[in-house]
Amino acid sequence: MYPKGRAPSSPETSSASGEPKKAILPVLVKLSTVNLDFYYGAYQALQSISLDFQENHITALIGPSGCGKSTFLRTLNRMHETVKGTRLTGQILLDGKDILKEDVNAVRLKVGMVFQRSNPFPKTIFENVAYGLHVNSFQGGKAALREVVEKSLVKAALWEEVKDKLNQSAFGLSGGQQQRLCIARALAVEPEVLLLDEPCSALDPIATAKIEDLLFALKAETTIVIVTHNMQQAARVSDFTGFFLLGKMIEFNTTNVIFQNPAETATEDYVTGRFG
Amino acid sequence: MKPNSAIKNLVNYTMFAVTGVCTVIAVGILFFILGYLIYNGGKSLSLSFFTNLPAPVGEIGGGMANAIVGSGKVLLLATLIGIPIGFLGGVYLSEYSNQQVAFTIRYVTDLLNGVPSIVIGIVVYALAVHPVGHFSTFAGGIALGIMMIPISVRSTEEFLSAVPQSLREAALALGAPKWKSIVTVVIPAAMRGIISGTMLDLARVAGETAPLLFTALGNSFWSPGWNQPSATLPVVIFRYAISPYDDWHRQAWAAGFVLLALVLLINIIARLALSRGMYVPKG
Repeated sequence: MYPKGRAPSSPETSSASGEPKKAILPVLVKLSTVNLDFYYGAYQALQSISLDFQENHITALIGPSGCGKSTFLRTLNRMHETVKGTRLTGQILLDGKDILKEDVNAVRLKVGMVFQRSNPFPKTIFENVAYGLHVNSFQGGKAALREVVEKSLVKAALWEEVKDKLNQSAFGLSGGQQQRLCIARALAVEPEVLLLDEPCSALDPIATAKIEDLLFALKAETTIVIVTHNMQQAARVSDFTGFFLLGKMIEFNTTNVIFQNPAETATEDYVTGRFG
Repeated sequence: MKPNSAIKNLVNYTMFAVTGVCTVIAVGILFFILGYLIYNGGKSLSLSFFTNLPAPVGEIGGGMANAIVGSGKVLLLATLIGIPIGFLGGVYLSEYSNQQVAFTIRYVTDLLNGVPSIVIGIVVYALAVHPVGHFSTFAGGIALGIMMIPISVRSTEEFLSAVPQSLREAALALGAPKWKSIVTVVIPAAMRGIISGTMLDLARVAGETAPLLFTALGNSFWSPGWNQPSATLPVVIFRYAISPYDDWHRQAWAAGFVLLALVLLINIIARLALSRGMYVPKG
């Protein structure tokens, strides 16, 4: 166990960004939920979650298994609607507009998602990255498409590794590469918000580090929400952290405060590894 | 050693022997039929069998070119009728229907699959032969097409359901509407399986005789177009085999050999298609 007040790897000592983090002040709310309740059938999985996500910052959602953090993440681009028998009340505001009232496909274009296990399509690497553009009737020509694919792969720090095999199957890549391919695929449609559901849980430490570095670079242009089981990861990458327990959001604050001086005992117990 | 171990050993060996012998019989029957057909059919087979029309009794050099082409036409028509309906029905079943509807559809297709082929023949006779007053290739194609539908529905559904949910989610999360995710991701991922299912379906109806007796009937000559009675291999085998002429018997063996070779070929192609394809990760 770590002594109180010293998180395993505090943001100040994190080297991933190359420089210590500045104090973060809330700048602009990009995405927020208002009194969000969520039900699987009669079971209430989320209770009145109200949360703001700051633009160009990384917010981590932590909590023990089954606490609802992944469920919550999936509501943010309405992926919960693919599961039958679910019900949601409350509001989810993107730039102040309720996404529940907009066209679902347009919402998912703006709010991209990367899943727990890499799920590339059984297509070539190029086709994987271009897929989001294809299904959304990309108007540019072949050259423009190539450019977007290259740009996305560069952003996902995968270009150097795959530039000579764009026409090979995505299944030939390693697990970490596949996950970065999925990130590139999500970035190709230039989402305003990127949701990541435990993106590194199936990866080794080196692949994990690459993805964490990537998130730092990406936050300049997107707002990132990441669900993680790994508290060191939350401490390393995020600016804000929300702690979930049994379908409720117990505490939300800057990552420094959550890991070094949490207000709630439950949060402290969890981040210091006393349970969960 | 325990006293009853001798009995135990005896029981053990008996079980081994009985199950082994039954397995050999089960596998052996195929090889017996194959061998018998090759022996009887192979020696009656010649180039003229594939190129000539049937010859009158006593004349040598008759063939079954018209029946081979006729079977091909009927199967083509059956595929064009049965596979689109079966395939799209399978897509609905796997991707759109809710549990209760899916249960009903599965039950009904299984029942249709169990309907004796001769009954399907009678129904098509009543609907597509009797009203127009003559037998036709077209009616034969309808009858076999109907028989292909249930298997096509079920095999399509099975291969689509095997596509991981995570692929559907990935497509939807990129803003693809549901129909687009099905057309561009789910179906391509299952395509090889669906093709192999279709081939097996085709192989199954290729040997059907009863429905064709009522629909395509038979013909000693070429059957141009789709609207005239047509010879088909299974029906010709039936007619020739029950005839009193030795020459026709030999021709029936040869036709049986050709039909079996065709079905085995389709089966092998289907297995190859399946074993090479469907590289989809689990999860």
